[in-house]
Amino acid sequence: MVKVLAPGLYSSIQDLGRIGFQKYGVPYSGAMDVYSAALANHILGNNENDAVIEMTMTGAKLQFNSQTCVCISGAAMSPRINNNTIKHNKNIKINVGDVLSFGKLSKGFRCYLAVSGGFKTEEVMGSRSMYLGVTDQFKLYKNDTLLINENNSYTGIKNASVKVNNRYFTTKEIDVFKGPEFEFLSENEQAFLFKKEFTISKDNNRMAYQLSEPLENSLKPIITSAVLPGTVQLTPSGKLIILMRDCQTTGGYPRVLQLKESAINILAQKFTGGLINFKL
Amino acid sequence: MAFNLVYKRFGACSILVEWPAVIEEEILKDIMIFKTAIEKNNIKTIVELKHAYNSLLISYSSFLESFKNESDRLKNLYKSLNFKNDTVSVLWRIPVCYDAVFGIDLETISVEKKLSKDMIIKRHSESIYTVYFIGFLPGFLYLGGLDESLYMARKTTPRLQIEKGAVAIGGNQTGVYPMSSPGGWHVIGNSPIAFFNPKLKSPCFAKAEDRIVFEPISLKEYHNIKVLVEAGVFQLKSEVFHG
Repeated sequence: MVKVLAPGLYSSIQDLGRIGFQKYGVPYSGAMDVYSAALANHILGNNENDAVIEMTMTGAKLQFNSQTCVCISGAAMSPRINNNTIKHNKNIKINVGDVLSFGKLSKGFRCYLAVSGGFKTEEVMGSRSMYLGVTDQFKLYKNDTLLINENNSYTGIKNASVKVNNRYFTTKEIDVFKGPEFEFLSENEQAFLFKKEFTISKDNNRMAYQLSEPLENSLKPIITSAVLPGTVQLTPSGKLIILMRDCQTTGGYPRVLQLKESAINILAQKFTGGLINFKL
Repeated sequence: MAFNLVYKRFGACSILVEWPAVIEEEILKDIMIFKTAIEKNNIKTIVELKHAYNSLLISYSSFLESFKNESDRLKNLYKSLNFKNDTVSVLWRIPVCYDAVFGIDLETISVEKKLSKDMIIKRHSESIYTVYFIGFLPGFLYLGGLDESLYMARKTTPRLQIEKGAVAIGGNQTGVYPMSSPGGWHVIGNSPIAFFNPKLKSPCFAKAEDRIVFEPISLKEYHNIKVLVEAGVFQLKSEVFHG
């Protein structure tokens, strides 16, 4: 069992999301940066879909009441066990009573904590990803207790670690496909999308990232149709909205671009003021 | 009836099929026949089918190596279909309380449309609505069939919070908010029933092609039904719909 001593700014349980329920209007959800979440699971020998804690901007403070192993991936938030600094992307042994805490954010935006066997919180519609209205809880609160595998003997390979290319956190390049309505833009508007450097506005969360620079356009709304995480919507007023993991299932704005999966993960590690370039 | 469909690649793993850009029951029927055929065809790599007014999104488990091969397969399947209409749908009677406690925008609509509040309620509750699809929020039904005299442009500034169960009008659409949410639609009432229950095998009672009618209830009836809903014993009235 793991006790939440402090939840951090916004921490939630996430796995790879809720697949097969779009027909009921249920968002996919899941880890914003799937790459980092899966990496942490892999290092522990977990299944890729095991539930992890996603921490946004500031880390949580957690007390472990059983022996286990953990792995931390994604944003660098100065993790410590009982005040001893620990490394990222490593299989780390945890003893009964250990306290895991985080400090200063130095790189990225979202940090992932995997635990041996995954967190065993409420499963709804084939997923433990928290989402308001589907799961009872949508984020972690102080004094929450999270179930984990209690009888875990330490089996990790001590020196196993991976080297993550830092470019992943610093690159501005966001790889995209053309969206279903891309061809409706004029040549100038299309060119603008790839020439311009865009800024991530303060309106950014698990649902969507809005960009600051407008794209003047004459596109009309479409008849409501499917959208996906990574869909870039263009509003009549010229706002570009990049939908993220908790996005709605359908939308009525023209879909001008579609981010590649790797680009969604890269964007998930950026925050307000971050700069991006779309690349076809 | 078979339409000229447009096939588009949507991202790495999905194909978007589009019907003519109009909201029509003929198109909904066509989409549902194609969707059912794809489901029955049991193509192992398809993980999700999602339709809307005039589109069907087909999502695969991994990167689509050949968009052409896959869309050709779908085109052949569509060509082979028999479009006779044998659907049976359900008509659901949804209780709605239009009392001023809930109908906070009835006055605005009344002034703008020069219709009395009673007339708005009468016209809203006399139509039979068709469920086109579920989207936007878990359990939000996209309904067709709003009386034209009730079309009402969305608010320029959305409300930050619309209550769970709110019955509202936006543009040429009407619907019920299954949970609290921000929204720009005009609220005319509230329904005490649950539109989404993640604990149930079928989390939404209604499905595409079903019908909905809204039945006006008093504030007292509203509270009585609410108690039954919360106790999990309320039985929604329904009947088989032919048409």
